[in-house]
Amino acid sequence: MASINLTPELLKEMYYYMALSRALDDRMWILNRQGRAPVVYSANGHEAAQVGSVMALNRGEDWIVPYYRDLAMVLAYGETPREVMLHLLGRADDPNSGGRQMPAHWGLKRRHIFTTGSVVATQDVHATGLALASKILKDGRVAMASFGEGSTSQGEFHEALNFAAVHKLPVIFLNENNGYAISVPARKQMAIMDVAARAQGYGMPGVIVDGNDPVKVYEVTAEAVERARRGEGPTLIEAKTYRFVPHSSDDDDRAYRSREEVAEWKKRDPVITFEKRLLDEKIMTPDELKAMQQRIKDEVNDATDFAEKAPLPDPSTLGRYVYAE
Amino acid sequence: MAVMSYLEAIRETLRQEMRRDSRIIIYGEDVGVRGGVFRVTEGLQKEFGEERVIDSPLAEAAIVGTAIGAAVNGLRPIPEIQFADFIFPAMNQIIQEAARIRYRSNGAFGVPMVIRAPFGGGVHGALYHSQSVEAFFAHVPGLKVVIPSTPYDAKGLLAAAIEDEDPVLYFEHKAAYRSLKGEVPEERYLIPIGKADLKRTGKDLSIITYGLTVTYALKAAETLEQEGISVEVLDLRTIRPLDVEMILDTAKKTGKVLIVHEDNLTGGVGGEVSALIAEHALFYLDAPIRRLAGPDVPAMPYSPPLEHAFMVTTDKITEAARDLAKF
Repeated sequence: MASINLTPELLKEMYYYMALSRALDDRMWILNRQGRAPVVYSANGHEAAQVGSVMALNRGEDWIVPYYRDLAMVLAYGETPREVMLHLLGRADDPNSGGRQMPAHWGLKRRHIFTTGSVVATQDVHATGLALASKILKDGRVAMASFGEGSTSQGEFHEALNFAAVHKLPVIFLNENNGYAISVPARKQMAIMDVAARAQGYGMPGVIVDGNDPVKVYEVTAEAVERARRGEGPTLIEAKTYRFVPHSSDDDDRAYRSREEVAEWKKRDPVITFEKRLLDEKIMTPDELKAMQQRIKDEVNDATDFAEKAPLPDPSTLGRYVYAE
Repeated sequence: MAVMSYLEAIRETLRQEMRRDSRIIIYGEDVGVRGGVFRVTEGLQKEFGEERVIDSPLAEAAIVGTAIGAAVNGLRPIPEIQFADFIFPAMNQIIQEAARIRYRSNGAFGVPMVIRAPFGGGVHGALYHSQSVEAFFAHVPGLKVVIPSTPYDAKGLLAAAIEDEDPVLYFEHKAAYRSLKGEVPEERYLIPIGKADLKRTGKDLSIITYGLTVTYALKAAETLEQEGISVEVLDLRTIRPLDVEMILDTAKKTGKVLIVHEDNLTGGVGGEVSALIAEHALFYLDAPIRRLAGPDVPAMPYSPPLEHAFMVTTDKITEAARDLAKF
C-alpha cells in the first residue's frame, strides 16, 4: 500500500470517488425503477479500475476518452454529481451533451474529457489522435482511452494500437475486462485468455492488473504515464474486473450468468474491500469514514433534487450546433 | 497570374496554407516520401518535415479517427483518403463521429479538418478507383462537401475549407488533375463554402452541375449557342450545404433545368436539387426537370466501351440540353 505517490489523502480521495460513484449509481437505478430515468448504464463493480487509473493522470489536463461504463472515472476526473444527474435526466444544462445523448455518453470540455459516441472502439483512435497532436505540439499531455473487452474485437481497436505504436504516441489503452459484452462471454469474443496479450503484436507493453484493486491499477497506470511522457509510446493495460449489475437497466443478466458467479465476485467488491483496507491500515478512522459516507449521501440527494428541478431543453434549440455558430 | 493545373493549384494551396499555419498537418497512405499516388503532396514532406507530412499506416478509420482527435487537441489535420472508393472503412468515423461531435457535445467540441479524396472516373480505374461517393456525405448534416471545378476554385475553396471550423470533405476529380488548367492568383483568397457560382449566363435553359462536368456543360453551352440556344451553367461548388437561393434563381430565370452529375442517378444530388425546385419554383417551370447522371449500376466497369457508356460526356449533355430546349 505504500506506493511513493499515494499519500493517505490520495487514498482517501480514491475511496471517496469510488463510494460516490456507487451511491450515485444506486440512486440512478432507483430513479429508473421509479420511471424517472429512462435508462441507466452502470459503473457498479468497475470503480477501482476507473478511479485507480485516472488518479495517475494529471486530472483535467491529460485527455481521457471514456466509454459508457465510466461513471467513477469521470467523477474522479472532475465531473460533479449535479452534472451527472443533469445528464441522466436529459436537462438543458447537462454539460456532456445538453440533453442530446443517452446517459453515460460522457464529454466535459473543461476537464478534457472527450465526447463519446455509442459505437465501441471509435474512442481508441480518437485518443490516439489526441496523443498525436500532443506529440507534435509538445504540450506534455497524455491521452487515455478506456473500453470493454468486447470492443477489442473491433477493427478500430487494432488500428489505434498499431498507429499509436508506430508513431510512439503518448497514449494509454485501458481495457476494463468484465468478462461479458452484454451477454457474450469473453471466450466467444476472442480465442486468447487475455486482452493484454494483443499488445505484443503491436510492439508495446501489455499489462494485466487486478481491476478490483485501485492501488495496483494506479501503479501500472502511473508507469504507463511515465513511459508515455518519456516519449516511449503507448501501453495496453488490462484491468480484470466484473460488473455486478446487468449491462443496462434494459438488460436482464440472469439469462447469461449464474447468481453463484455474481456472488463469488461480490466477495471482491472493490468499494467494500478498499473500505476495509483503509480502516485496517488506519488510513481512515471509523468516524472519518462515517462522515464521508454522510457527505456522499448529501451530495447524491442534492444532485438528484437539483437535476429534477432543472429545466428541460427548449425545443427551439433542436437545430443548434450542427455547424459552428 | 500563373497558369496551373487543377492538381498544381491544390498542391500550391496546401504549401501556402502550411507556411501560413503551423497547426496544419497532412497525413495518409503514401502522402510523404512518394507525395501521394497522384503526386498532389509532392515536395511537402521535404519542406515541412516528417512530423507535418506523415506516411500513416494503411487504415482509413484510423486516418480519419486520429484526425478527429488531433483536431480537437489543437491541430488542423488534412487527412487524405487515397481514392474516394476507399473511404467506406472510415464511414463511421466521418458520419457518426466527425459530423456529430459538435451536435452531441452541445457545441463544446468541434472538428476542424479537411478530408481530401480523389474521386470520379474516366481514367480506367474500374470499380474501386472510379466512384463518385459524394451523395452519401451530402445526406449528412454536420458535414460540408466541396467539389471544385476549376484550378481557381480549387485554391479558394481549399483555403476556405482549411479555415472552416467544421469537418469538410474536399473531393478532387482525378480526371481533372492534369486535364484542367487555368489562371490562379498567387495571393491567398477564399471562396465561401456553400455558395454556388454562375459560370455562364443564359436565357433558355439552366444546367446545374458541379465538378468535372462543369467543363463539359460549358462546352455543350458553346455548341448550343451556335444553334441559337442560350444556356446558363450553375456550378454548385458545394453540395452540402446547397446554395438554394442561386438554384432557385436560375430555375426561375430560364424555366428549364437540366441537372448533371457523374454520380449514380438514384439518390444523387440531382434528386435534392430537383426537389428544391419543384417545392419552391414549380410555377416558373416551362418543362419537367431533367436529370443526366451516371446509370444505376454499382460502379464503373473497366473495359473502355463500358466505361465510356457510364461516363457523362459533353455530347450527352449537349443532346439532353437540346432535347430539353425543344420542350
